[in-house]
Amino acid sequence: MAKHITLDASGIYYRQLNEQIREAVAGGATDIVLKNVNGQRYLVGAVEGELNVEIQGVPGQDMCSFMRGPKVRVKANAQDGVGNTMDDGTVIIEGLAGDVVGYAMRGGKIFIKGDVGYRVGIHMKAYMEKLPIIVIGGKAGDFLGEYMAGGIILLLGMFSDKPTEPIAGRSLGTGMHGGVIYVRGDVPREQIGPGLATQPLDESDLLVVQGIVKDYARELGLDAKAILASDFVKIKPFSHRPYGNLYVPA
Amino acid sequence: MKAPERYYDFQKDISGCGVFGVIHKTRGLIPGDIPIRAMTCMHDRGNGLGGGFAAYGIYPDLADKYAFHLMCDTQAALDNAEEVIKHYFTVHLAEPIPTRKNLAIVDPPIVTRYFLTPKKDRPHEGRDLGEQDYVVSAVMHINHKVAGAFVFSSGKNMGAFKGVGFPEDIADFFRLEEYSAYIWTGHNRFPTNTPGWWGGAHPFTLLDWSIVHNGEISSYGINRRYLCEHGYLCTLMTDTEVVAYELDMLIRKHGLSKEMACKVFAPPFWDEIARMPKQEKEAYTALRMVYGQALLNGPFAILVADNTGLFGLNDRIKLRPLVVAEKDDMVFMSSEESSIREVQPELDRVWMPKAGEPVIVHLEA
Repeated sequence: MAKHITLDASGIYYRQLNEQIREAVAGGATDIVLKNVNGQRYLVGAVEGELNVEIQGVPGQDMCSFMRGPKVRVKANAQDGVGNTMDDGTVIIEGLAGDVVGYAMRGGKIFIKGDVGYRVGIHMKAYMEKLPIIVIGGKAGDFLGEYMAGGIILLLGMFSDKPTEPIAGRSLGTGMHGGVIYVRGDVPREQIGPGLATQPLDESDLLVVQGIVKDYARELGLDAKAILASDFVKIKPFSHRPYGNLYVPA
Repeated sequence: MKAPERYYDFQKDISGCGVFGVIHKTRGLIPGDIPIRAMTCMHDRGNGLGGGFAAYGIYPDLADKYAFHLMCDTQAALDNAEEVIKHYFTVHLAEPIPTRKNLAIVDPPIVTRYFLTPKKDRPHEGRDLGEQDYVVSAVMHINHKVAGAFVFSSGKNMGAFKGVGFPEDIADFFRLEEYSAYIWTGHNRFPTNTPGWWGGAHPFTLLDWSIVHNGEISSYGINRRYLCEHGYLCTLMTDTEVVAYELDMLIRKHGLSKEMACKVFAPPFWDEIARMPKQEKEAYTALRMVYGQALLNGPFAILVADNTGLFGLNDRIKLRPLVVAEKDDMVFMSSEESSIREVQPELDRVWMPKAGEPVIVHLEA
């Protein structure tokens, strides 16, 4: 049975607020609304299980880090470190997000409506059924998907505050050796990391992109058709496990 | 406040600090509780070993005088510093900086302010200097030669207030809620590599320049040597000091614009320069060749103010956060959006500037 709880975060230090969230979860809450959030760190960090959380206000650093399961919707912008090492669940940000979104993320989804900062999706990884996905509706700063080892980044460049910027910053995908970055439209060659190149999508890529866009558009109230009314390119690693033989030759 | 023994073994400062700045473009006065509350929101970015603020437009009745803020270990150090001040300047007003007791502020130095004009009949060693160079040399003299005394603010109609403590406690100590200013910057320090002492807190200032910084100037060594060759002596044991002096040298002395100075601090990469049109390519190549030793390496988000405006700048690969927001005539710059929302919930625009691209806001005349 659904159990709704509303917590007023105004003036509450992050430790106490996170304690209140965990208590609510332990008490069987299924839907939590956090009102008047402003800068509290580590919200919903390491929380497990099925749970809906709505955050009103700007959450602080490392929101949803180590999270496993909950669905978190932010009705504002988010700061740095969203979904740090997140394991499962969904994060929806209705505004923009800061640097290092989805750092070392290993599962779940992060949907961002607007622009993101630098180093988004670095060290993302995938294993067996775990496949992390980040969708960026706006544009991205430098080092998007750097050292990426698995998962999917989808960059749309549509809902951006930066009309004159390239869709992605410098060093896109530098050092990646797993996963894939899809970009709506195209990306200037000089923005892409050494040794990488863009390729057209094949049938199976297209199905993947369509599926993700459908989810993303539904969560953010956007028109999936309009998003898909463009070509996409993909960036894939040119090597796999480059250090696989470094210590123990296969 | 005593500087630790063997300070010369300390090289630089690595920090995870918080910065905040706000400017009212038409010189509307912003009360002190705005920057104080914004900094308090970012309490956890510091560790209590340094907090500070700079404020512009706070001494309107003495706006044509150089306002020196001094911190001194002892009365004897203050007496020695005052002797130097009287040697170089006419003193129009000297008074303790108003403070109140705060339980969190331990062992504060004696803080005093002087409102000064250079003497009509200057001592011979300063006769050939321009007025501002004369003031700079007096600041360097006191900071370098007078044991236990430091000038931590020397501009006109502005002042820095800083020390060891969280910013909200430093603000309480200096009674900053009693001031109003058209530009404020604030800093919350998390020193890891150099001592948390009073002189090492931010902002760092020289003349009207003030800077607050989150990050680490890895090029501190070469910057310091370069500045030394140009008469700027680093005495405060924190890397950020070099930026204050470089600003003075590049902009005031060499006549660079703020934009150009920012391109010295955070130049385009060589591969970007290679793709530029000819004229730009030549300009940026020249800038990098001439001012290679002034380049700031390492992570930084800095906020710089003077009596003409406020600007924010990131290192060119953006290793520190910086967010900018606008509301009517006010522009905010901060490490975290939440600190801005704390004092201005409704904003017209919020964005994160591109690495190495300054956001420069000018005061309207």
